Amino acid sequence: MAYSDKVIDHYSNPRTVGSFGKDTPGLGTGLVGAPECGDVMKLQIKVNLDTGVIEDAKFKTFGCGSAIASSSLATEWLKGKSVDDALKIKNTDIVNELKLPPVKIHCSVLAEDAIKAAIRDFQEKWAEKQAVAAQAQK
Amino acid sequence: MAVKFPIFMDSNSTTPVDPRVLEAMIPYFTERFGHPGSRNHSFGWEAEAGMERAREQLARLIGARDPKELVWTSGGTEADNLAIKGVVEMYREKGDHIVTTVTEQRAVLDPCRRLEKQGVARVTYLPVDAMGVVDPDAVRKAITDRTVLVSIMLANNEIGTIQAVQELSKAAKERGVLFHTDATEAVGKIPVDVEKMGIDLLSCTAHKIYGPKGIGALFVRRRNPRVRLAPMIDGGGHERGARSGTVPVALAVGFGRAAEICREVMSEESARLAQLRDRLQDRILSSVDEAYLNGHPERRLPHTLNISFAYVEGESILMGLNKEVALSSGSACTSSTLEPSYVIQALGVGADLAHSSIRYGLHRVTTDDEVDFVGDRTIDVVKRLREMSPLYELAKEGVDIKSIQWKAE
Repeated sequence: MAYSDKVIDHYSNPRTVGSFGKDTPGLGTGLVGAPECGDVMKLQIKVNLDTGVIEDAKFKTFGCGSAIASSSLATEWLKGKSVDDALKIKNTDIVNELKLPPVKIHCSVLAEDAIKAAIRDFQEKWAEKQAVAAQAQK
Repeated sequence: MAVKFPIFMDSNSTTPVDPRVLEAMIPYFTERFGHPGSRNHSFGWEAEAGMERAREQLARLIGARDPKELVWTSGGTEADNLAIKGVVEMYREKGDHIVTTVTEQRAVLDPCRRLEKQGVARVTYLPVDAMGVVDPDAVRKAITDRTVLVSIMLANNEIGTIQAVQELSKAAKERGVLFHTDATEAVGKIPVDVEKMGIDLLSCTAHKIYGPKGIGALFVRRRNPRVRLAPMIDGGGHERGARSGTVPVALAVGFGRAAEICREVMSEESARLAQLRDRLQDRILSSVDEAYLNGHPERRLPHTLNISFAYVEGESILMGLNKEVALSSGSACTSSTLEPSYVIQALGVGADLAHSSIRYGLHRVTTDDEVDFVGDRTIDVVKRLREMSPLYELAKEGVDIKSIQWKAE
């Protein structure tokens, strides 16, 4: 199976590999997949608590080239988006952008799951503080 | 010496045709193109002579006393099918039970599963130990009064482990059960002797020993005991009725010549490849932590090396190498079934390490420089991928990955 140029590009030059410090303000972490299934993605977002905009995103992925490319692309797309807009990213968007073949669609599904898991984690940890901050501003 | 790219290091999938083999084949496509069954003209006689000479050459390589014990097939898969289905059909008065192992090739497992599904046979799939070895006592215990065939491969095509065939066949013989071995990966690489090893049926193929694709053979013992087979393909009664269909003489001639060359060079070639394999293994294992050898450390094929790299996925390793090197992985992403290698999983290493396995297949023209290059590139790619692996990060933080509640898809 040949890879699309975009998959090769993301695999060879992944955009945002890495991890944020555990105490980073506005941090949300999603860890999805399972080693036995051959795919694990860790996707992190750093949200500006005043504006609700994702300022930065990083990933680490155990998986095939398409899984690495899917998570790399996801982090690229997340930067600069509001949390609400980030939730609108669909796995089919990733499939279309990377031209993933049918057997690799699960990679894009996992990337969407990772985005949702990271946002959920962010909301659980920071939503209250964010609300308090918003209240204080008023 | 400069290395030429891409490097082929996937010889367990297939091998290039040796130029000497091709040279022997060519006249049988053009001038000596006759049908070996044509009894009344020189074209037929010439073709038959070429085909029978090839049978003798192959018989010598596997220690068969009589070349008539070899039946040409289209390849190893057909030979396995013929052995298993042919025996089950022929001996159904005697019984209906097969003993085999979980690490066989699909060409053995799938015919067994089909016979089970059809309700024609019952099959016992024996486990292997952590190095891929089958216990002869397990064979003894599995055999019943209804067992008609024990089928255990001579050497494994993924991990290279060589079975103690002599002891396994003895276990079958004690109970008067026929012993079949899939030797597609072993013939031409290590000494094989159907007499000494007590083999009744043996499958082999040309394209793994520098011969052409499209031809294989099944050894069918004619004496002590005389093995009888029901044919799978009916027709003109070629190959003494065991396999109808015009024999592709040119391919048979190539198979024979390939076998002859293997016999001549085997001891030297095996020693050279084993040394290169060890060199590759040492280079990788000394530079990468948590890299594990799959298979038996000693009782293994000289040309096969299989390593699992914890925390990185096999296909992603291949992707980092495939511009320069052709390799194979047990990763699910490289298989059509989306399941990781059942052979590696059978060793009990866990599915995650099965996803992380890479197989290196050395061959006749593999050089020292190629081995060093592939070793170094593997090390680079694995290190790079570990830097982006969440599992490696967790492990370095001291987290036991097995303790995490993974949400499987």
